Amino acid sequence: MSELLISETELVQPAGSEPDAAATAPRRGASARALAALRGAVRRPSLTLAVLAILLVLVWAVAPGLFTHWDPLVGDVSDRLQGPSVQHVFGTDNLGRDLWARVVYGAADSLASTALAVALALVVGSFFGLIAGFVRGWVDDAIMRVMDVVLAIPSVLLSLAIITALGFGTVNVAIAVGFASAASFARVMRSEVISISTALYVEAARASGVRWYTVLRRHVLPNSLGPVLALSALEFGTAVLAISSLSFLGFGAPPPAPEWGALISEGRNYLAIAWWLTTFPGLVIVAIVLAANRISHAVEKNGGTR
Amino acid sequence: MIRYLIRRVLQGVFVLWAAYTLSFLILYLLPGDAATVAAAGGGDASSVDPALVVRLRHEYGLDEPLWLQYLHALGRALTGNFGDNVQTGQPALQAVVRVLPNTLELAAAALVLAIVIGFLVAIASTFPRAAWIRQLLAGLPPIGAAVPVFWIGLLLLQAFSFHLRWFPSLGDQGLRSLVLPAVTLSVPTGAYIAQLLARSLRLTLGRPYIEQVRAKGASEARVHFAHALRNAVLPTLTMVGVLVGNLLAGTVVTETVFSRTGVGRLVVQAVGDRDLPVVQVVVVFAAVAFVVSSLVVDLLYPFVDRRITLGRTAVAAA
Repeated sequence: MSELLISETELVQPAGSEPDAAATAPRRGASARALAALRGAVRRPSLTLAVLAILLVLVWAVAPGLFTHWDPLVGDVSDRLQGPSVQHVFGTDNLGRDLWARVVYGAADSLASTALAVALALVVGSFFGLIAGFVRGWVDDAIMRVMDVVLAIPSVLLSLAIITALGFGTVNVAIAVGFASAASFARVMRSEVISISTALYVEAARASGVRWYTVLRRHVLPNSLGPVLALSALEFGTAVLAISSLSFLGFGAPPPAPEWGALISEGRNYLAIAWWLTTFPGLVIVAIVLAANRISHAVEKNGGTR
Repeated sequence: MIRYLIRRVLQGVFVLWAAYTLSFLILYLLPGDAATVAAAGGGDASSVDPALVVRLRHEYGLDEPLWLQYLHALGRALTGNFGDNVQTGQPALQAVVRVLPNTLELAAAALVLAIVIGFLVAIASTFPRAAWIRQLLAGLPPIGAAVPVFWIGLLLLQAFSFHLRWFPSLGDQGLRSLVLPAVTLSVPTGAYIAQLLARSLRLTLGRPYIEQVRAKGASEARVHFAHALRNAVLPTLTMVGVLVGNLLAGTVVTETVFSRTGVGRLVVQAVGDRDLPVVQVVVVFAAVAFVVSSLVVDLLYPFVDRRITLGRTAVAAA
C-alpha cells in the first residue's frame, strides 16, 4: 500500500509545483500551495476522485468504527433481509447484519490481502527480472523462458493450482495471486535493467572499478524501479479482482469474515429476494478497481514525461 | 514454411512440457498430501488410519524421491495418463475431456460476442464526429475491464432470470441457458478487445496515408472500413492467444455462477477436494489452448497482412 501512498503524493505534486505562485509569495507559501493543489485537483476531476476513493477505503481499513456504529459480525435477526434505508444504507443480510458495516469492516481484510499479493509479485518478479537483466546469458534465457510459460497459463488457473497445494485462507489466496502475477513484473524489470546497465554512466562506474554489487545497489536498482512501481498500481486493481474472485469461489476467508468477494458469494443465495446483498459490495469493488486503474494511468503518464 | 512450422510446433511442445513441469512442481513440491485426502475419502482427515495412508502413499509412489516421481509422472502423462481422481478413482484426463464440449461451447459463444461487442465499441468510439460521443464510448471498455465477472453474472441472473424470467437461472440444456453465461463471459474479453482495437484505430487514423485517403474525398465510412480497420486489427490479432486464455479463466467463475457443467466448475471442485491430477490436467489444457490458438493466429497472419510471409517473421508468441 505504501506504493500507492507514494504515487498519491507524486500525483499531487504537479499541482503544487506551480513555481511562480510559490516563489513570488514566500510568506503565503502554504496557502498558495494549497490553492494550487486545489486548482490542479479541479483540473483533473477523475484523478482526484480516484485518489479520494482509495484514501477513503484506506481509512475504512484503518478505522472502520468512524463510518458505522453497527457491528459487522452480530446482527438482529428480526431485522433480516431489509432493503436499503436510512438506518441501514446498504440493507441487511440474512442474519440481520448491516451490509454497509460489513463492507466497511471488510476493507481491512480485502486491502491487506491485495497489498500482500502486490508486494509479493513486486518483490519476486523484480528479483528475477533484476537477475535476468543484470547477469544475462543463459541465466537470463532460463528465467525468461519460465516467465513466458507462467504468462501462457491464465493466472486464475495458476492461482488455483497454488491454492490446491497450500490450502485455503486469505493469506494463501494472496500468496497465490501474488506469485501468479510476478511474471509481468519480471518482464518489465528485466527490460528496464538491461537498458540501465548499458547506459553510459553505469559503464563509467564499472570502468572506474566500482564493484558489481555496488553498481547494482547504487545505480541499476534505484533507476529501474520507476516503471515497476507504475505497474504495481495497475496490478493493485487486477489483484483486487483476482482476490475477490477467489474468495467468491470460497477459497478465501472462512464465513463470518466480511471479505468483499465472500460478501457477494453470501448474497448469491438471496439473489431473487435481496438484490442489495450482491449489488453494493460489487459496486465498491468496481469503484476501487477503476480508481486504481485511473491512478496507475496517471503514474504511467508522469513517468513518461520525466 | 515447413521449417517454420516445425520450429513453431517444437516451441509449442516446449511450452507444454514446461507447463506440465511447473504445475507438477507447484502441486507436488508444496506441502500437502494426496494420500491423506484419498484415505479420508472426503470425510474428516483427522480420523484417518495411518496404516492406510502409508499403503496409499506407496501405491501412489509418493514415498519415492521427487525426481523419480516426476519422471514417472511425466512418462505416464505422455501416454495421456495424468493420474486418477483421488476420490472417485476415475482417470483425471477422462473427467476433463467429458465436460470439455460444454466449456468449448460457452467459450466459443462468448468469443463471438466479445469480438462483435469489442469491434462495435471500438469503431463507435472513433467514428462519430461529435467528440463527446467518442469520449463517452471510449470510457466504456475500462469500466468493462474493472467489473468482476462473477458480479456481472449475478446481476444478469437477478435481472433476467429472477425478475423478468426470460432465461433459466442454471443448467446447460439448450440455447436459452447459454445466453446469460456467454454474455457474462464476453464482457471482460470484449472490453479488452475494444481497448486494444480503439487504441490502434486512433493511431492508424493519425497516419499520413489516412490523410491522403481523406484528401481524395473518401467518406468517413470508407476511411474506416476500407483503409484504417484492416491495419488496426493486426495488433489485436496477435493477442488472441492471451484472449483465449482469458476466456478459459473466465469460465471458472462463469460456470460456477450459472451452475453449468464444464472444465471451469470441475477445476473449482477439484481445488476443493485437493484433487491434484484434475487441477494439473486443466493447467496443461490451458497451455494447449494457448499454444494452439497462437499457432493458428500466426498461420493466419499472412492472409490478413500481405506484407508478412511465414518463416521470416519472428513472432515470439511461445
